[in-house]
Amino acid sequence: MKRPLANFLGLAPAYVIMLFLMIIPLFIVFYVSLMSSDPYGGFKPIFSLDSYIQIFFAEDWDGVMQLDLQYLWIIVRTLTLSTIAVVLCLLLSFPVAYYISRQPNNRKALWLFFVTLPFWVSMVVRVYAWIIILADDGVLESGLRMTGLVGDIDSMLYTNGAMLVGMIYSYIPLMILPIYASIEKLDGNLIEAANDLYASRIKTLFTVIVPLCKPGMVAGAILVFVPCLGTILEPVLLGGGKKLMLGNLIYTQFTTARNWSFGSSLAIVLLCLVVLILLVNARRASQTQMGGA
Amino acid sequence: MFKTLDVKKYPGFGWITGFFFLFMYLPIIVVIAYSFNENKIVSIWSGFSFKWYESAIHNQGLIQATKVSISVALIAMTLSTLIALAAAMVLVRGKGVKYRELSETFINLPLMLPEIVFSVAILILFSQMGLQHGMTKLVLAHTAFCIPFAFLPIRARLQGMDSNIEAAASDLYAGPWTTFRLITLPMILPGVFAGAVLAFIISMDDFITSNMLGGGGATTLPVYIFSLVRQGVSPEINAISTLIIGISLLIGVPYWIVSNRKKEAN
Repeated sequence: MKRPLANFLGLAPAYVIMLFLMIIPLFIVFYVSLMSSDPYGGFKPIFSLDSYIQIFFAEDWDGVMQLDLQYLWIIVRTLTLSTIAVVLCLLLSFPVAYYISRQPNNRKALWLFFVTLPFWVSMVVRVYAWIIILADDGVLESGLRMTGLVGDIDSMLYTNGAMLVGMIYSYIPLMILPIYASIEKLDGNLIEAANDLYASRIKTLFTVIVPLCKPGMVAGAILVFVPCLGTILEPVLLGGGKKLMLGNLIYTQFTTARNWSFGSSLAIVLLCLVVLILLVNARRASQTQMGGA
Repeated sequence: MFKTLDVKKYPGFGWITGFFFLFMYLPIIVVIAYSFNENKIVSIWSGFSFKWYESAIHNQGLIQATKVSISVALIAMTLSTLIALAAAMVLVRGKGVKYRELSETFINLPLMLPEIVFSVAILILFSQMGLQHGMTKLVLAHTAFCIPFAFLPIRARLQGMDSNIEAAASDLYAGPWTTFRLITLPMILPGVFAGAVLAFIISMDDFITSNMLGGGGATTLPVYIFSLVRQGVSPEINAISTLIIGISLLIGVPYWIVSNRKKEAN
């Protein structure tokens, strides 16, 4: 029995919300990015590409456009730090996911629970905790000094490293879960077969296990990379607010700088980066599907 | 002896896992431990004390922010769970629904969009609409991005449920609404519960959007804590954080027990 009216009424609220609070606002952002900025805040409804040009060029004191790398540098930093965070997450997550998959069946759920538990704690609190650990005379420094192995160390807070630690800490469970799922699907006989054919453990790891877990690793990489690109808290609290990332730059345009057009164009740049990643992944996924069939 | 011969075992992975769990729990333990520090300077331990908890629970800003956060989270949770439940019923059970996959992508849109982009978009929208009321803005925005978190567990539960039971109910002349009320809803209740808890937590934890839309008397808990942290580290923040950690665990642990029991029952 078809009930078109019931179907329509069931989906309508979700559609209305997504249309009015997601799709239309995104088009408004695109529209604002193409308008000229208003020195008094907001934007003026006059078409202009200035906000995109501003990403690359700055106007001199005598009105000549000069190549200006400061914003480009922020975009490069965002991409670099996010990539490093993904790679480090991968390196740490794989052994952890593998180790958990080797635990007795009745214990696995508990292990996974402990992986996700910190996720329940407020993000602001989790990032804040690293300030106490990394600060001058903080927990880590005093701990290291107590071992006597190191003497005086430079401040660890307000560095790129501190931001990386915060980003990895915030998002690593998103990497472990998909990798764990793909290891669980792995046929253990393949590992034994590799061993029977005299492959060393290391060789088995890199030629059998890792390739078969690639889908999980790719999924995890995307789940970590996308929020890293738009992150705000880590650069402000652990980076000292001087090493801005794209998220902070956008945020500033809508708060203190009050340049909505420029902020919108940056938001569009970020959105394009994310869409690009999702498209490349979709293409790769469909290719491997065809190759495997 | 046989254990060392296990070819699936990788020595060293255990150590890495140990390091990982230290990495995950050290910050939480440090915050909890230092919240009992009597000294005003966070990094110097000078004795055990509850005094920061006392000043925390009398902090008016904190109480106000907690009220705002809980109200917004409760309303956003209710709305997003109802909307997600209706959508999941149609997308999993509805017959003759067109564009099923496209609709799911549409509903899960907030998961793919970087939050800063969403927050900026919605800020411009609300300001163009002239919407001033802080709580309304927060509720609308939170409802939108909570929908997929409520939707996914409900959908999973519906997909795992035997639809013959509902067919049997309608054979026995139960109308669609009666079937839903007496058969479907009780059976998918764990999924609805899981979705609602996730939506609540996501709303409570949100920082970026709430910070962007805040003001007008609508400062949420994460935004308030952030403003405290920016003024400098203090033992009171540790006490507040410990309270939040405790409450998160109070929600997280039962959530895990319920969702785990559900899996075992299947």
